[in-house]
Amino acid sequence: MNTDSEIERAIRENHPALITYLTAGDPSLEETKAYVEALDRGGADLIELGLPFSEPIAEGPTIQAAINRALEAGTTPERFFELVDDLEVEAPLLVMTYYNMILQYGSGAEPRSAERDATEPQNGPDPEPFVERAAETGLAGIIVPDLPAEEAAPLRAACDERGLDLVFIVAPTTNGERLDRIMSQASGFAYVQARLGTTGARADVSSATHDSLARLEEYDVPKAVGFGVSEGEHAREIVEAGADGVIVGSALIDIVAESETPVADLEAKACELKGGAERGANAPEPEQP
Amino acid sequence: MSESTFGSYGGQYVPEALMPALEELEDAYERYVLENEDGFVDEFRERMRDFGGRPTPLQRADRLSERYDSEIYLKREDLVHGGAHKLNNALGQVLLAKYMGKERIIAETGAGQHGTATAMAAAHLDMPCEIYMGRTDVNRQRPNVYRMRMNGAEVNPVEAGRGTLKEAINETMRDWATTVETTHYVIGSVVGPHPFPTMVRDFQSVIGEEAREQIRGQAGRLPDSVVACAGGGSNTMGAFHAFVDDEDVSLYAVEAGGSSLEIDEREGVAPNSATLSTGTDGVLHGAMTKLLQSGDGQIVESHSVSAGLDYAGVGPELSHLVETGRVTPVNVDDEAALNAFHRLSRLEGIIPALESAHALGHVEEAHEDLGDLVVVNVSGRGDKDLETVLEETEKRDLGAAPDVEVFDS
Repeated sequence: MNTDSEIERAIRENHPALITYLTAGDPSLEETKAYVEALDRGGADLIELGLPFSEPIAEGPTIQAAINRALEAGTTPERFFELVDDLEVEAPLLVMTYYNMILQYGSGAEPRSAERDATEPQNGPDPEPFVERAAETGLAGIIVPDLPAEEAAPLRAACDERGLDLVFIVAPTTNGERLDRIMSQASGFAYVQARLGTTGARADVSSATHDSLARLEEYDVPKAVGFGVSEGEHAREIVEAGADGVIVGSALIDIVAESETPVADLEAKACELKGGAERGANAPEPEQP
Repeated sequence: MSESTFGSYGGQYVPEALMPALEELEDAYERYVLENEDGFVDEFRERMRDFGGRPTPLQRADRLSERYDSEIYLKREDLVHGGAHKLNNALGQVLLAKYMGKERIIAETGAGQHGTATAMAAAHLDMPCEIYMGRTDVNRQRPNVYRMRMNGAEVNPVEAGRGTLKEAINETMRDWATTVETTHYVIGSVVGPHPFPTMVRDFQSVIGEEAREQIRGQAGRLPDSVVACAGGGSNTMGAFHAFVDDEDVSLYAVEAGGSSLEIDEREGVAPNSATLSTGTDGVLHGAMTKLLQSGDGQIVESHSVSAGLDYAGVGPELSHLVETGRVTPVNVDDEAALNAFHRLSRLEGIIPALESAHALGHVEEAHEDLGDLVVVNVSGRGDKDLETVLEETEKRDLGAAPDVEVFDS
């Protein structure tokens, strides 16, 4: 397990932390670079970058559309890593992607043609090359929405080897026994999924958030809440409910997709969200749900 | 606990929100399906007999036997209610959902066969049902959309991507991640996270169990070969499972060769669905299995003239049986499948599904390697494919196609 976690430190030192998500390559990698730097200036304490995968089963329509734009713009894992290498930001960076992208990187697997012998040896899928390259570019951690604790041992081992955090999602349906299993593998922070369903901006904070935070109280790891957070007021409520951080994605992607001045608007949005979170931390009495 | 993997394939690669539901399903599968708790299996068999029309015959195909100078037997899954083997699984899962106390059924469908089977089963068992279907498929499979609506199911078109099976599965998983506490996802093939591949295989394995008894009764011995088409692989595993331990019986999984076996990586398109023959290992829709994917790990769009075979993944157990050499993957291209469709229609008076026509196409191409006694699974009937076959036949000069000059042109 990662005992000297850059991510955990970033959250604790900047408490309450703002964690932002953008899909890399939406609408181009150059623009992503400018957007990430804007979020960093605006107050983001941790930045998640999505490496697009063609079958994003955990995403709602907003991030699905972002992923499609990024894929159409030709975003590949190698170009993604070059972007990360290139970024000059204070906030630690995490990559969020689906497990197949991690398994295939550097596996040398190529689609076989019929002429090629099907028994011809090739490197099997292996998370190690991806993690090695991620560490090399300075990424601090990995989040994989389709990798539950049961299947995580190979990636966990590779991350430990390179000093990266592996962040796990805790769902409203996660019960006590599973919670222990997840928390024994988690590092960096616990990603608390605020509600059932997929990612996407919502108008309110769910009661499931309060329940999840209560269940996590005994675990000594920062808790950050995502799925549906879109406004400073949400950030305030969530932090007031006991979270150490808030995670915002779809609301930022709406800006990327719709704004005529995305750089300025992203910086302002980060500022608003961070301000909301800070108001939540300074609230005199925690509100009862 | 049942095994979640087949060798290095299978597993549970899904969002955490779904894991408790998979645990619940695994528990229900073990109690009701494996241990017959509350008489589940008895009720399932009874309903498959009275509602589904089982057992289906194993029929000697006289003229094909003559043509190939060997004994060819057809397992007639086209005679199951609804016209395909799909009901075996759909009825099993909807009944299981009922035993589990779930209130709502969701399912994906590609061509609409699994959707119609699920809608029928849900109507039969009085469960609310919603089907996700890609936009392209909705538009090209209108009769099946009507059938589902007539049985009372909602049909939700999926606008994402190319609008076919892969996108429909993605969207059904998203619904399930939202409604998992009250809803059961009736997955349509031996794919997805554990326990689905094992459970769907068990519901489908009645095909091979019946065929094995029937061939021993009718031909006096086990067959030399069993031939079945493979898309996701549910009729394939259903036909093969009872024979896996019979080492002298060769098992052939016939995939869609489409128009070519090459992948166009730039366009992200494979003009085939020959996953077992040409795919590489990776994770899709909850399982480690063989996939049609780019070197980076993006899933490519598959193609086949047969919508039911048109899928970039395949069941993990089939990947494992191919890897160990127990199952031989072969493929048949669009044209050979169309010819086989016409041939069975004319020689035997059976219009097969285009999917099943791939299995028959392989018998035409390779009968000399299949031995003297062959069982071919006719997984479904072809009425649903008539529009496609007419259209595709007009584009080609097919030896086996009928003369349709009776129409005014």
